[in-house]
This record gives sequence, C-alpha cells and structure tokens, in this order.
Amino acid sequence: MPSNPITTEERTLPVTESKEHITSPSLKGNASELRDLEAGLDNLQSDSGRKVGIEWKRVLLPVAALVVLILAWQFYVSLEFKRRDLVPGPLDVLTQFVTMWGEGKVQEAVWTSLQRGVIGFLISVVIATPVGLILAQVAPLRRAFGPLISGLQVLPSVAWVPAAIIWFGLTDATVYFVVFMGAIPSIINGLISGVDQIPPQYRSVGTVLGANRLQMALQIVLPAALPGYIGGLKQGWAFSWRSLMAAEIIAVGGTIGFGLGSLLDQGRLLSDMTIVMSAILLILFVGILIELLVFGPIEKRLLQRRGLLAGSSR
Amino acid sequence: MPVVLENLGKRFGSGAPVLDDVNATIKQGEFVALLGASGCGKSTLLNIMAGLERPTSGALEVPSDGAAFMFQDASLFPWLTARGNIELALQLADKSSTKASRRERASELLELVHLGGAGDKRPHELSGGMRQRVALARSLAQNRQLLLMDEPFAALDAITRDLLHDELERIWKETGRTIVFVTHNVREAVRLGQRVLLLSSRPGRVVAEWDVTEEHRTDAGRAGELTGVITRRLREEIRRHAK
Repeated sequence: MPSNPITTEERTLPVTESKEHITSPSLKGNASELRDLEAGLDNLQSDSGRKVGIEWKRVLLPVAALVVLILAWQFYVSLEFKRRDLVPGPLDVLTQFVTMWGEGKVQEAVWTSLQRGVIGFLISVVIATPVGLILAQVAPLRRAFGPLISGLQVLPSVAWVPAAIIWFGLTDATVYFVVFMGAIPSIINGLISGVDQIPPQYRSVGTVLGANRLQMALQIVLPAALPGYIGGLKQGWAFSWRSLMAAEIIAVGGTIGFGLGSLLDQGRLLSDMTIVMSAILLILFVGILIELLVFGPIEKRLLQRRGLLAGSSR
Repeated sequence: MPVVLENLGKRFGSGAPVLDDVNATIKQGEFVALLGASGCGKSTLLNIMAGLERPTSGALEVPSDGAAFMFQDASLFPWLTARGNIELALQLADKSSTKASRRERASELLELVHLGGAGDKRPHELSGGMRQRVALARSLAQNRQLLLMDEPFAALDAITRDLLHDELERIWKETGRTIVFVTHNVREAVRLGQRVLLLSSRPGRVVAEWDVTEEHRTDAGRAGELTGVITRRLREEIRRHAK
C-alpha cells in the first residue's frame, strides 16, 4: 500500500532501509546491532541472580517451637497429675543425661549405633545402586522383581530380627543384616522411580548426540535420575536407623555392643523413665542431625542447581 | 551431499499411514521450510531423517554421519551449565577430543550465538530465547552438515522469535549448513526458507512447493502475496478433512 496516506511514519524512513527486510525491518540491522538487541532482551527476560543471606527465620522458628514444647512439658509435669518417676520433667531428664555423659555411656551408645547404622547403610547403597540401575533398564527383570521389591518395602524389617538371630546369633552380623534388609528396598525403589521420571526427550537428545549404551546410562540416565535416587537414599537411611533401633532393643547380649537401642532397653529393665526419655531424645536428635547435616544440604544443592526449588517452602 | 527422500512411507502398527509416498530432494547448503498443519507427520518425517525412527517403506538418503537435531523445547540437561551442555555434545560427537579443545570450541560456539557471558549459567537461569540459542549452539557442536529443526521457535514470544529468525539466518550464512526447518507458521516458513514444502495431513505427503526468491526477501508486498497464496493452499488442505 505505497499510496496509502495514513502510513506516514513508514514513509518518513529512507526507501532503502524500509525495503531491507520483509518481516522485521526495524530489527534487521548490522551484526553489532543484533548483538545489542539480544543482550538487551536477555537481560530483560532472565532473572538477575538474587542473593540470599542467612535466613534467620529458618533457624529461629524451629528453635522457638522446641522451646515452646519443652515449656509445655514442664508445665504439665508441674501440675503433678502423675507420679514424678512415671513422668519426669525436662530437668530430671537433663540431670540423668549429664550423669550418663559423665560415665561415658551416652558417647558409647551414640558412637556404636551411628557406626553400625552408617556402615550398614553404605553396604546397602553399594549393593542397591547397580541392582536398581539394572532393574530400571531391563524391562523383563523389572516385571519379575518389581512387585517383590515394593512388597519388601512394606514389610517391617523388624520381622527379620528372629530369623537373623537364628542365623547369625547375637553378633553384629544380625544387626547389619536387619539394617540392610530395611534400607535396600527403599534405595532400589527410589532409583527406579527416578529413572522412570526422566523426560523421554532426554534419551532422544542422547541418541541424537550419538551416545552409546554406556554413555547413555552414565552420562544421561544416572544424572537425570539423581533427585529420585537421593530421595531413595534418604528414605533408605530412615529405614536403616529405625531397623537398627528395633534390632538393638530386641537383640541384647552376646557380642552385640551397647547401642542406643540397648540403652533404651536398659532403661525399661531398670524402670527408669529418665533413661528411657534420654534414649528416645538421643535417637531423635541423631536422626535430625543426619538430615540437617547430610541429606538436607545435598538435596537442597541438587534441586537449586536444577532450578527446582523456586516456590517450595523448604 | 544432498538429502533424498524416495516414496517414503510410515505407519505405526496397523493404523492408517502417517506418511505416504513422500518425495523430496534437498540440496547441500539449502534452507528448506517444511510446512504443514498439526498432526500431518512433520515431526515423524524429521525423526526418520534423524534416524530416531525407521520408515516402513521407501528409501532415504542422508549424509552418513547423521544429522544434528534441534527440538521444540530446548531440552538442555538441567544438571549441566550452558557450556557443559555444549561440551557434552562435543564429547559425544568426537570421543578422542581433549578437554581443552572442547572448552575452546564451546566458547567459540557460545560466542557465535551471542551468549559469550552466559556459559556458566544453568538452563533454568536462562530465558526461553537464550535456552534455544544454547540448543542451537549444541546442535552446531555436533558438526553435522545437515541440521534438522522441529518447530524450534514455536514456544517463544514474538519479539524473541523475530530476533532468532535473524540470528538463524546469520548463522546459516556463516556455517553453510543444510537446514530442514519444520513449522506450522506460514510467515516463518516464507521468512526463513529458500524453498517451502507443503505437507498434506493424513497421510502426510508433499503436495506443493514454492521457491522463495530474493525478490520476496526484499519486497514486503511480494512476500505478503506469497504468504497469502501458501496460506490459502494450506487451508484448502485442512478443509479436506472437514467431512
């Protein structure tokens, strides 16, 4: 429409420039103009990295919640509904704890249990990881063993304690066996579901880029499945820790050392609630500590790097 | 080396054929836009050319080293940085390359798509347009003569898409690749292609083709005319399926 009088703006442009390009005459320029345009658009469209300092709310809120719970506990005890030896107050438990610490009992129990839990868990990881990868990649094997492994996850691993005692007697092997049976289904299942959730596009990209089977498994499938795998590890650890406590409570004596579960059982035998409460709180405390110091940071870093953390309430 | 498709057909299972008797020849260094409505088998055709799927009939001649491929979504690996994604492609393309040489080549490619400063960013930190440019750099890293593009700009906003059209044209001229560009956008096809092939729907078949000449590139009126002609033909093709 060159004769249309309304398009005055277009007509003020020099003829050569307006005819330089068909779709985007104003965008089409020399190379450096294109570069600047892109740089401008990039800056407008992408988030400039927001710096996050220490979030005090994350630290203060849980601490405050803890203080409130302890105060409520103390308040309940001071009403004296129950005998003091049945429901001891926070201070009684603390006194007992300090005494046991002085005797070295606490350190021994925590160290024994933690050491067993960690070693048992690591053995599980070393065995479960290749098994999980193979099951996830080979369809017939997975059909065959998948239901069994899901079933094992439902079976409480305490159920293995009697069998383990008959097979291994009152030795550390019993404890490791129970921990192993507790952790392994969770880790395998976590890895399998991690592999299942890989967008099919990633494999197509791998094929197009020319990856062979091994490269596909190690450089594409495994890193892509990492969030699910870490989730499985976390759950596996939780099951390890629980199974360990159950095993330690049930199997006492022989060459089995003195762990947190044993401490708990000792408290029961002595009918001393302060020992029982100290042991329960210690078991809980170790669990929280492992989550906060090991799994929490790993998971957070992993998700953050993949941009999966935005908007979550972690 | 040209790309030749001869009586190419594809059906999934025992269903109706998705592609039937597709014939086309694409010269080396040519930029061809493959146009069609949704569900006409454009992507299937591209997947066959990329070796991701096998044709059920007909013959296909593609360069022996295969083709580079660019998907509609950038499909960058989120656990790698922009640079890491490109370096992985370089590593998989040439197993004997050294780490230093890959790093240098990745820098060159990032520079080529004007992302020199964003190499250490992760995909989620980049905008959609930047991600597609990294994906373009990654497909160039494969160093194949043939580059297949499956609606790579369809999910982008109009401003970014216009810009990437200029960018792609520049890179095509600089690298001399053969490009097959699948789109359902007639303006995009006319804007980019030297030749526009129209694929019919169910079964997919090349039913018409137009040359986009230098005249169309410099004269907006002529380009608009061609866009109109192609759009009418495309709509005709879609209307056929009304009954």
